[in-house]
Amino acid sequence: MKDALKRYFHDAAVLARKDVLLELRGRETLPAMVLFVVAGLVVFHFAVPTDDSEDVGAGLLWVVILFTAMLALVRAFVAEREQRLMDGLLLAPCDRSAIWLGKSLAVLVFLALTELVALPAYAIFFGGLGWSTVAAVCLANVGIVTVGTLLAAMASVTRSRELLLPLLFLPLAIPIVVGGVGASIADDPGRYLAFLALYDAVFAIISWASFEYVVSE
Amino acid sequence: MVSAAVAAALAVCAIALVAYYAPVDQDGLNQKIFYFHVPIALTAYACFGLGALKGFLYLWKGNPERDLESYVAVHLGVIFGLLTLVTGSIWAKISWGHWWEWGDRQLVMFLILFLFYCAYFMLRFSVEPGPQRAAISSVFCLFGVVLIPISFLAIRLAESLVHPVAFTREGPQMAGSQLTTFVVSLAAMLAIGYALYRIELAGKRLDQRLKELRELLA
Repeated sequence: MKDALKRYFHDAAVLARKDVLLELRGRETLPAMVLFVVAGLVVFHFAVPTDDSEDVGAGLLWVVILFTAMLALVRAFVAEREQRLMDGLLLAPCDRSAIWLGKSLAVLVFLALTELVALPAYAIFFGGLGWSTVAAVCLANVGIVTVGTLLAAMASVTRSRELLLPLLFLPLAIPIVVGGVGASIADDPGRYLAFLALYDAVFAIISWASFEYVVSE
Repeated sequence: MVSAAVAAALAVCAIALVAYYAPVDQDGLNQKIFYFHVPIALTAYACFGLGALKGFLYLWKGNPERDLESYVAVHLGVIFGLLTLVTGSIWAKISWGHWWEWGDRQLVMFLILFLFYCAYFMLRFSVEPGPQRAAISSVFCLFGVVLIPISFLAIRLAESLVHPVAFTREGPQMAGSQLTTFVVSLAAMLAIGYALYRIELAGKRLDQRLKELRELLA
């Protein structure tokens, strides 16, 4: 039992490492995400006069994080599809949900690296970055990548491909925005952080359990 | 067709009760839309729940019939959901003077669900028919029923963010005659939903049978 669990996490880590290595060699997604997140913040500064209210700035941060994450998720299964890597992965002697876990971990790494730029940039441009916002971003990342990876796998088998992902993802991401914005601006962020943790737990379990059905033909 | 006859009879009873039996509320005549709006919303939830249940059964047993049933249930759920949005908007316009009210949880909820299940159709119709489409649709339906309580919680949390003093409508304090009317209306709406489900399912099965026969002939 213990060995099986160890093996499972080992498989997931190997798969995640493969994606991170591919990114390090190709440098396709991460630079785009970083540029996008900064450009997005600048655009929002001009689109919404945020000088009066910090609350509006908090909202913008969450919008920009969500859309940047979508950039990574849209690219997540491109290699698998274009080079028919998925067939190989499905034949590999590992649990299929490990593929989901590995991919989620890789996207989480990209998203976290992007936020290392985005959060300081936000603090400089809009002023003020509380600990509760940082905690909420960490929790929200988990929810974004778990749900997002599953939906990206779904979208990658459709005819309309990546076009579909935002449509599938945004309605499911509304609770993340509520929790995130709440944690950023409310006086008692605890409730909102707990809500984000609940979201993560519920959707991680259901994504983990259902990935196998999505990819098998 | 028994279900359709029962639905028709119940609908007639419900309309009669709403028109003649239920008392006129202090809000005036417009409150009577309650007897349609709320049962429609509950029927929509029932449809989404049924869709998820059938989806789950598909994933479990792999019978393509369950997938078709799941699709038909979700389809009806979206129609009832749209009706909820329309009746809710009308009610908001009469009661508060504008067509949209972010404070109305039910309306916001159905907007999110409507967006979610519209994406379901986009997803379903951009995958070739077959086991993979059925599995993906079923998984998406399951996400839907999980999203319902999570969104409900989110809306409540967001509401306390926007309006510090949570404004609450009066609870389920209904006079006996109101409750009777409501229950009959709800039963009527559920019966209508079920009858439509059966009819749509029969039509879809007929379609499929016809296609199979054509393929045999060709």
